[in-house]
Order: sequence, then C-alpha cells, then structure tokens
Amino acid sequence: MGKQVSQVFDKRNSKTAWNWLAPALVGLVGVISWDIFVRLTNTPPYLLPGPGLVIKTLVEEWGDLFPSLLVTVQITLVAFLTAVVSGLLIAILFAQSKWVERSFFPYAVILQTTPIVAIAPLIIIWLQNNTFMALVVCAWIVAFFPIVSNTTLGLNSADHNLQNLFEIYGASRWQTLIHLRLPSALPYFLGGLRISGGLALIGAVVAEFVAGTGGTRSGIAYQILISSFNLEIPRMFAALAMTTVLGVAIFVGLTVLSDRLLQHWHESAIKREN
Amino acid sequence: MPVPLLTFKVIDKVYQNGTVALQGVNLIVQPGEFISLVGPSGCGKSTVLRLVAGLGTPTGGLMNWHGPNNQRNLAFVFQDPALMPWANVVENVYLPLKLKGQPLRSVRERIQAAINTVDLCGCEKSYPRQLSGGMKMRVSIARALVTTPQILLMDEPFGALDEMTRSRLNSDLLHLWEKKHWTVLFVTHNIYEAVYLSTRVIVMAAHPGRVVANIPIEAAYPRTDSFRTSSQFNYYCREIMAALSEVEGVGVS
Repeated sequence: MGKQVSQVFDKRNSKTAWNWLAPALVGLVGVISWDIFVRLTNTPPYLLPGPGLVIKTLVEEWGDLFPSLLVTVQITLVAFLTAVVSGLLIAILFAQSKWVERSFFPYAVILQTTPIVAIAPLIIIWLQNNTFMALVVCAWIVAFFPIVSNTTLGLNSADHNLQNLFEIYGASRWQTLIHLRLPSALPYFLGGLRISGGLALIGAVVAEFVAGTGGTRSGIAYQILISSFNLEIPRMFAALAMTTVLGVAIFVGLTVLSDRLLQHWHESAIKREN
Repeated sequence: MPVPLLTFKVIDKVYQNGTVALQGVNLIVQPGEFISLVGPSGCGKSTVLRLVAGLGTPTGGLMNWHGPNNQRNLAFVFQDPALMPWANVVENVYLPLKLKGQPLRSVRERIQAAINTVDLCGCEKSYPRQLSGGMKMRVSIARALVTTPQILLMDEPFGALDEMTRSRLNSDLLHLWEKKHWTVLFVTHNIYEAVYLSTRVIVMAAHPGRVVANIPIEAAYPRTDSFRTSSQFNYYCREIMAALSEVEGVGVS
C-alpha cells in the first residue's frame, strides 16, 4: 500500500515538473530566437532591444521601476478585492429573486461593455483629488463583472434533487444559501476570480495610461508610457516584462488557490484516473 | 382496521402546463407497510411521492396525515444519490440533522450508527467521487435513516445501478425494514424488484396518471433468494404484468 502511494506520488511529481518545464522551454526558445534575430538583423535598440539589453536595463532601473510596480500592485489588489466582495454580494442579491436579477443584470452588462478607455478620463476628473481612488474605480469596473455573472450562474445551478431535499428537511432560505447554493457556486466563483484577477491588472494599466497622458504619475504603466515618449525602448520593455510577470503571478496564484479549495470534489481540480 | 398513517382521497394533480399527472387517486397507507408503485413512465408514480413529501400540493382531493406531526418525519431517497460533492460521507449523512440545528457533537453516534447500518464502515472520510454508484446510494440511504423517519419515500432508488448491486441493496433494504418497522413507499419500474420487496404493489397507468390495480403480496418475510425463483413469485409477477398490459390494450383501442 505504502509503496503504491509513493509510486503514485512520484509519478505525479514528475508530471508537475513537466507542467513547469514545458512552458519554460518554449519561453527559452522564444528568447533565444529573439536574441538571434536582433543580432542577425542588427535591429537598433530603439526599435527592438535584445533580451540581454532588456535584462540589463531592468537591473539598472530596478530602483525606479520596482516602486512603480508596487503602486500598480496596490491598485490591482484593492480593485480586485473590492470586485470580489461587491461581485459576491451582488450575485447573492441576484440569486434571491429572478426579478431582482432581471431588473439589474442589464446594468451590470452595460458597466462591462462600456470601454474603460473612454470613461477613465471622466472618472479621473471626477476623483481628481484622489488619483489612486480613481484608478481603483477604473480597475474595479473591469474586474467585477466576471465575478457577478459567474457567481450568479453558480448560485442558480445547485442540484435540483438537493434543493428538494433541503425543502423536505425544512431548511430556511439562509441555510439553503450557506449549505447548498454557496458551495455549489464555488467552482464558478473561482473561475470568475481567475478571469477577474487578470482584468483588474489590465484595468489598472489602462487607467494609468489615461492618467499618465494627463501628466499624473502613478504605477508601472506610467513608466511604460514615459519610456516610450522618451524613446527609452529597453526601459519600456523592462517595465512591460515586469507587468507581464505580475499578470502571470496573479493567474498562477489564483489557480493554486482554486485547486486547493476544490481538490476533494470538483472535476476541474482532479486528474482523470485512466 | 388500524389507524392509517396517510390517506389520499380522490387526489388530482394538474401541472401548470396542463399535464394531468394524477386523476382521482385513492390510497391508504398503513403503518409498517412496504408499498411499491409500479407503472410506465408518465403514470405519476413519482408525483405521488412528491405530494407525500410536501413538494407541491394536490390540485384536487384530500391528502390526510393521521397522528401528530407526521409530515416532517419523513425521508426521501432519489434515483440520483444527490450527495453534496464538497462534503465527505459523515457530513453528508449529518445534513438533515444539521438543518434541524443539532450540533455535530451531540449526534455523532447516530450518524455512525446510520453509516454502520448501511455497511459503510471505514468510508466516513471519503468524498462522494471516491465511492462507487452502489456506495453512493448507501450514503443516500444512511442520510435518510439518520432522522429515524416514520415513512421512507424512495423514488427509483436503485434504477441506475447494475443488477448485482441492485439485488444486494434490495435484500439489505428488506432486512432493515424488517428490523426497524418503517413504512416505505417505493417507486420502481422493475416488477421483480417490486414483488420481492413489497407487502403490496400498486399498479398505475399513464395519461392520465391513475391507480389500476392493488395487489397484496402475501409471501412471508424474511424473503430469501429462493423466493425470487419460486412459483409464488412468478404468479405475482404475471398478475402485475397482466394489469399493466390490460391498461396498454385499452390505451391502444
């Protein structure tokens, strides 16, 4: 028995190793070809810097860029957490009655489909005393819809037999919500989180760009903007790389969280056994 | 005649879309009976169970519970085990008690007893996905038993299981019934299962759903495997089949 378990474990370990190794290899090949391309064609750094130069710039400018990144991280996190809490509460409200959902859902959709680039300047003007707040609001608008729509769907897709069972045993509305509908919604909610985490970052970056064109200093996107204005393309690439890493980190973090929470029961977190 | 547990008097049930699920159904359930409802799909046999469970109300007729406070003291087992996938066996069995506000500490023994009753010892910490179809059904039954219900409603509980698991669970269920003196209402489309288990088989017909025959199965308990091959068993099966085909004949002409 013990031996069997450890064998399974080894197999799983080597599998996860591959999960990391395969994309890393693709990345490495990409970077090497990028480097070779830049060297062979003699592309000037203001058009396309080689990876070596980008890394060098990243190290040199770290003191300048990293604090900016932290600002973006703050905006993204605050917007994301606000989106999670508000999205969850609104979804629970929607799930209470079909009429509430029908009356308010279109407006959630409108919020989602309004191009953030178009309304960001307005929001920044409205909240001109507090740029941080303005950027958070922009990122929140982009991030909150996937959580609302996914969680609403999840709350409404609790197993019908289980719903009947709860009714037979005289469960209150509150008990049904806590013990049946919220757990049923968990996988959907977590799916929403993964989308929304990335969107919060995108929202923050877009808003920073808009604010940056107005001359307001903010996070890492402002650095990207300024670098491109000054034709410091290697610096721009370095800032871009940092943003990308942040985006990937958010996604990986949320995926790990999701797998942890669902590991016992949901198909998405379980390997097929065949 | 003892006081019945439950009576249906000319019960009608018409769904909102106009489907007549039940028409003029009369039924008297005595305490301790094992009644099977048999019939083609659409004959309203599940509707009878749902009405008994209080899921929906009849559109006509009178449904009466006799004796105090019986309505809540029932348990339902669906064809689908309907377990919570995020909860382990103990948590699933605990559910009805949890909804009644009883803390887990105070009912641990009852839960364990229910789990033991359905032969699931050692699986307490397992999650539904780790269990086979038959084991999931056992959990579902344990969850029904934990409330010590006066009446057990089973809606094709073994319909999705293979024949071997089904007959195993049939005889286990019968043993429990003999020991605990429940009243059982059992919906099935399997005639052999109905005859093997029941004290009485009610044959139903569709369009509209109605009762067409009431066949007491007068064979002694405990019923062994040899009962399944006896001539008495065959006699009852033939009688039920005759009742079913008679209705079909009428439907065709």
